[in-house]
Amino acid sequence: MRAVVTVIGKDMVGILSKVSGACAEANANVIEVTQSVLQDMFAMIMLVDISGLKLSFDQFAAKIDTIGQEMNLSTHVMHEDIFNSMHHI
Amino acid sequence: MPVLDTKDILETIQMIQDDCLDVRTTTMGISLLDCACEDMDRTCQRVYDKICRLAKDLVQTGEEIQRQYGIPIINKRIAVTPIAMIAGPSGGDPVKLALTLQRAADTLGVNFIGGYSALVQKGFSPGDMALIRSIPEALSVTGNICASVNVGSTKAGINMDAVVLMGQIVRECSERTAERDCIAAAKLVVLCNAPEDNPFMAGAFHGPGEPDCEINVGVSGPGVVRAVLAKNPDASISELADIIKRTAFKITRMGQLVGTEASRRLGVPFGIVDLSLAPTPAIGDSVARILEEMGLESCGACGTTACLALLNDAVKKGGVMASSRVGGLSGAFIPVSEDEGMIAAATSGALSIEKLEAMTAVCSVGLDMIVLPGDTTAEVIAALIADEAAIGMVNSKTTAVRVIPAIGKEVGDTLQFGGLLGSGPVMRISKCSPERFIRRGGQIPAPMQSLKN
Repeated sequence: MRAVVTVIGKDMVGILSKVSGACAEANANVIEVTQSVLQDMFAMIMLVDISGLKLSFDQFAAKIDTIGQEMNLSTHVMHEDIFNSMHHI
Repeated sequence: MPVLDTKDILETIQMIQDDCLDVRTTTMGISLLDCACEDMDRTCQRVYDKICRLAKDLVQTGEEIQRQYGIPIINKRIAVTPIAMIAGPSGGDPVKLALTLQRAADTLGVNFIGGYSALVQKGFSPGDMALIRSIPEALSVTGNICASVNVGSTKAGINMDAVVLMGQIVRECSERTAERDCIAAAKLVVLCNAPEDNPFMAGAFHGPGEPDCEINVGVSGPGVVRAVLAKNPDASISELADIIKRTAFKITRMGQLVGTEASRRLGVPFGIVDLSLAPTPAIGDSVARILEEMGLESCGACGTTACLALLNDAVKKGGVMASSRVGGLSGAFIPVSEDEGMIAAATSGALSIEKLEAMTAVCSVGLDMIVLPGDTTAEVIAALIADEAAIGMVNSKTTAVRVIPAIGKEVGDTLQFGGLLGSGPVMRISKCSPERFIRRGGQIPAPMQSLKN
């Protein structure tokens, strides 16, 4: 089972570290990261394996959400199936 | 395992965050046929127990799926067997059943229970008559119950006695709740060719041919369609149709995913996805604005019907491939008070009831959430119902009338319903009397289209 974590907002020090730290704490293995910084806007998409998650999916999503709020970033944690079903036939 | 594309991920997030994409409703259909017995109080208890047993996890499951996929699921609803079928064998006052449904809605925390309904396209049984006569009281003493009456079908023709009666009932609903912006009439719809698996209110009921329990899903997404059209200002009409199909496909796949997941978690069979573009009063979630994005100065202009026909057809074509089972109303909705663009067009005078009637010939429902002047007679309302039912009957499609006579108000005034029901300006309607026609009663025979065997 995999989830997609997206983080969008103003670039600042430590975004990747905080988000990946939260993943590590929850035992979510980061499989892939794409990130880009356009002028000062930061956009990161992280694919994480959540099959060994120590928390519930809700708790994990809430944790990432808290980081987003602290750093004033827009974050989303969504199960990968939503993208697979919407964009693949 | 499919590879995820950054563009797709960002597109999905934008659809949800900026373009109001959501699943409008997960509706659990519950058969109450086995609850009816000869004692009304016992029937009520059985109805309450069955609904609460089957739907106890409906709201919580909806919320869990919402969090897991990041898709808002706006409503969790229940549709039940037309209550006239239960009220008939039980005897007694059907309002008791309405109050029972309300009690179940309160216990479960669902937004609406639909199915305070009767199917009378060919005539009335005693239960049908008792239920229809009780609708004004039932809708004024409950808050979350929706009623519907099917008065016609392509197979049976139009029951004009029922049409006459419904004109009076609609008016009575408004009168009873005049001090509450006539809200009872907003929860009552009169249908022709009513689908038995419709997840959308106010017309949702669980038809007698449906299984004991199932999950149906209604998708939404007018904002997404408008946004994608805005990105293609110079596309030809053929290209527009293709763009809408692709978008409808994505929206429907999301509904299919939610329905499958809800069905799995609740242990209830998955029924259908209703491929509808259902607007809300929120800015950016309007069907009227899609039509305007196609190139009309305002919804209601000449060209509106053609644009809507294109939209409705493309939504179905895109959606059909995305879902294992399609049903319900499936098409674009054009409620006035629930659509920000429609409200604006009706207020400015660009959109008339006559134009709306033409539009209903090419979209999925009918004259929906239209506020009429307070002095509109029951006969005029009945004649309006007959016109809509005729369009549905002849074209083998669902049509419906949900109009709200605004007691004590006239053109220029507004009714405020609040929430997803929105607010609507009082619209002008012909005052010429159809009374002699309406008073005749009888049945409009089924058209030639009904003889397909």
